[in-house]
Amino acid sequence: MKVDWAALGTVFGVSLAAVLGLVVLFGAGIRALSAREDARESGGSTTVPTAVAGACMAACLAVVVFGIYLIVAS
Amino acid sequence: MDASLLVIIVVCTALAFDFTNGFHDTANSMATSIATGALKPRTAVAFSAVLNLVGALLSVEVAKTISGGIVDDARITPAVVFGGLVGAIMWNLVTWYVGLPSSSSHALFGGLIGATWIASGADAVHFAKVVDKVVVPSVAAPLVAGIVALLATFLTYRLTRRARPSVSDRGFKAGQIASAALMSLAHGTNDAQKTMGIITLTLITAGTLAPGAAPPMWVILSAAIAIALGTYLGGWRITHTLGKGLTTIEAPQGFAAQTSAATVIMASSHLGFALSTTHVASGGIMGSGLGRQRDGVRWGVAGRMAAAWVLTLPAAAIVGAFAGKVASLGTGGVVAVASAAVVVALGIWLLSRREPVRPEHVVDEIAAQAEPHQVAA
Repeated sequence: MKVDWAALGTVFGVSLAAVLGLVVLFGAGIRALSAREDARESGGSTTVPTAVAGACMAACLAVVVFGIYLIVAS
Repeated sequence: MDASLLVIIVVCTALAFDFTNGFHDTANSMATSIATGALKPRTAVAFSAVLNLVGALLSVEVAKTISGGIVDDARITPAVVFGGLVGAIMWNLVTWYVGLPSSSSHALFGGLIGATWIASGADAVHFAKVVDKVVVPSVAAPLVAGIVALLATFLTYRLTRRARPSVSDRGFKAGQIASAALMSLAHGTNDAQKTMGIITLTLITAGTLAPGAAPPMWVILSAAIAIALGTYLGGWRITHTLGKGLTTIEAPQGFAAQTSAATVIMASSHLGFALSTTHVASGGIMGSGLGRQRDGVRWGVAGRMAAAWVLTLPAAAIVGAFAGKVASLGTGGVVAVASAAVVVALGIWLLSRREPVRPEHVVDEIAAQAEPHQVAA
């Protein structure tokens, strides 16, 4: 019986890194969106929070697209 | 019986299995979105069907694991594959009727292994490969999905604790739809592959394809379409257990659970591990339940599900062994197995019509539980 522990370890490592990365980016995006609402209500500038939120969500999308690309490419 | 006619019967049965698989597994990808109200049941199911179709076209690694490894393709006939398939379908229908999210994949492996074992001897089954590519991943993957989902849920709540409720509510519902989409895609990359693998295996045993060949295009397409159709038409019954029975789910949890499960499945599909999407999804949901609060999982329900998981492979193997033996006796055997299968399938379908679970009921069930749940949050 030969079990490919390396491949199983890869699944664990890649999943952990990808999911935690996505969650952190998404959470940061939500916080930025929330900060944007705050800024709008207090009459401050919304440029920075809007840009941060956009960047976070775009990064999320990029991670997903790259992941699918890796599967399709080989 | 004419070999080519038998091959046609097996291909049709395999596609029927694929259909029941989609029927069975809609719950995995869509239960959490429906439960948190992010998507309406009908929209969710249509959406999931389309993504299953796309996912099925993405990869063929898992199909190769099945057609080229777990049983000795030189020593079995299409009749044996047919018996194995019938075993799997019977088990799938019974668990579907009872509402248990057991694994279609393990039913398939069980059926195939049982049929091969009895018809061609134990050494025609490659047990080492079965352990490496099926048994070990089947235990490891739900655990991995659970651990990842636990951490992801914890982090999600931690990060968005101070965000405005209105913003995070909208955000997570959108995030959940995206993660449900990934989950459907992942389901296609693993589950539709199993049917492709079986059809390819049949074509190899019939001598139409060379041993070790990849699935032909028509096989890939027809399996993809069958699973998408099944997804569209089925699944309310199991959505019940998975969506609310196991743990109460909030949108951020659903997001974390599905992203974890989908990632684990896609990474595994890529390496050719034929795992059970049902088990991984359940692992993700339980992990996220624990990540939100320590008593967030109903262990009684989880225990019953685990029992069904352990039973699936041997139970389907026994039915598969019996069906494979009878089918390999000759034309009469194949006809007998096929008619028995049709009778059982019809019986279960008629029984299920007596108390059908429709989309409206799923919503009712969820609405009834939503109130105390919001207070707890």
